[in-house]
Amino acid sequence: MHENLRRLTLIGALAVLAGWPAAAGDTSARQLIAQFAAEAGTQPSAARGKALFMGTHTGGKPETPSCTTCHTRNLKAAGQTRAGKAIEPMAPSVNPARYTDSAKVAKWFRRNCKSVLGRECTAAEKADILAWLSSL
Amino acid sequence: MRNPVRNMLMAVPLLMFGPGAPASADERMPVVTDALTKAECGACHMAYQPGFLPARSWKTIMATLDNHFGEDASLDEADRAQIEAYLVANAADRNGRTGWMLRGLGQNDYILRISEMPWWVREHNHEVSQRAWDRAGSKANCTACHRRAEQGWFDDD
Ligand code: HEC
Ligand code: HEC
Ligand code: HEC
Repeated sequence: MHENLRRLTLIGALAVLAGWPAAAGDTSARQLIAQFAAEAGTQPSAARGKALFMGTHTGGKPETPSCTTCHTRNLKAAGQTRAGKAIEPMAPSVNPARYTDSAKVAKWFRRNCKSVLGRECTAAEKADILAWLSSL
Repeated sequence: MRNPVRNMLMAVPLLMFGPGAPASADERMPVVTDALTKAECGACHMAYQPGFLPARSWKTIMATLDNHFGEDASLDEADRAQIEAYLVANAADRNGRTGWMLRGLGQNDYILRISEMPWWVREHNHEVSQRAWDRAGSKANCTACHRRAEQGWFDDD
């Protein structure tokens, strides 16, 4: 009896532990790409996403001409903000927590596209960018 | 038997800096206690302690987040309002305070950078080597030089 109770408690604790990373987010890159693509009515293209992310733009703020200004061209390594704080790698293969929180993704797309492009990214662009980033 | 002159001299720094003056040699800057402020304002740099700027500076910063020192740092309105309320309630001039941190600052000076406050400029003018500036990359990168800045300690170097 006691033994069973203890086992149950242990299983419960393990379930909580195992569920924790998933519980911290509410979505996945795959889900987000499907949502944005459906909204845009286009096929996501990792190649277009890469070109947009790696490219240099002129429409935004002069301090941030490119996504790579902060995230660098090596998405498997840490980037850096303009104030010198480290940014965790963007590639899910080294940072599995990426693109699992829809509010976070929406907030940073809004901010970073406005900083770099001077406008919000379209749903098609978000699908493209995530298609590329999530493949890394 | 206590020496009255010595007691008076010891009282001078207290009079000059006033009670609660943070970050003088052995004092600690009250840390950021609001979790939302810590997370949102700590994403691109350390979450600066509200006691470093007067309320009018925080209000201006919080009203212009879409163009925040050359970046878009916008928030949804509920989060923005909550963070502004916290920063203002804990600002350098809260409850009519006038610490050394505000000295040299006119009533109408809207300084938005801690690193442009008169005391900050004075404190960092001579004591900081070029090598240290190069390593930090930015004046706003307090933690590069003050490793325990987020814990409120700035006298550790
Ligand atoms: C000024 C620096 C900067 C620039 C430029 C920048 N980012 Fe970011 N980005 C950040 C920071 C800081 C974060 C949040 C910190 C973190 O998640 O580690 C972030 C987070 C993100 C996220 C959310 C990741 C997640 O885990 O959900 C996405 C998506 C993103 N950026 C895409 C972009 C794209 C696309 C561009 C170019 C249009 C761009 N960024 C340009 C600094 C920048
Ligand atoms: C998207 C990134 C980002 C976010 C989020 C952000 N900041 Fe900043 N902040 C910056 C940048 C970039 C600078 C300028 C850094 C530099 O000059 O090196 C800056 C500078 C500052 C400074 C002046 C630092 C100095 O030089 O003394 C203050 C104060 C400040 N931010 C407050 C805030 C507050 C309050 C919040 C939360 C509402 C916040 N920041 C959120 C990017 C951000
Ligand atoms: C490049 C290095 C560097 C950077 C960046 C830097 N400081 Fe300092 N700071 C120093 C040095 C050196 C001193 C003087 C020596 C000391 O008192 O520790 C100092 C002194 C101070 C003091 C007075 C400490 C005391 O007890 O006398 C405060 C407060 C302070 N800095 C706050 C800040 C804040 C806030 C930031 C970011 C906005 C910052 N510093 C960024 C190097 C730096």
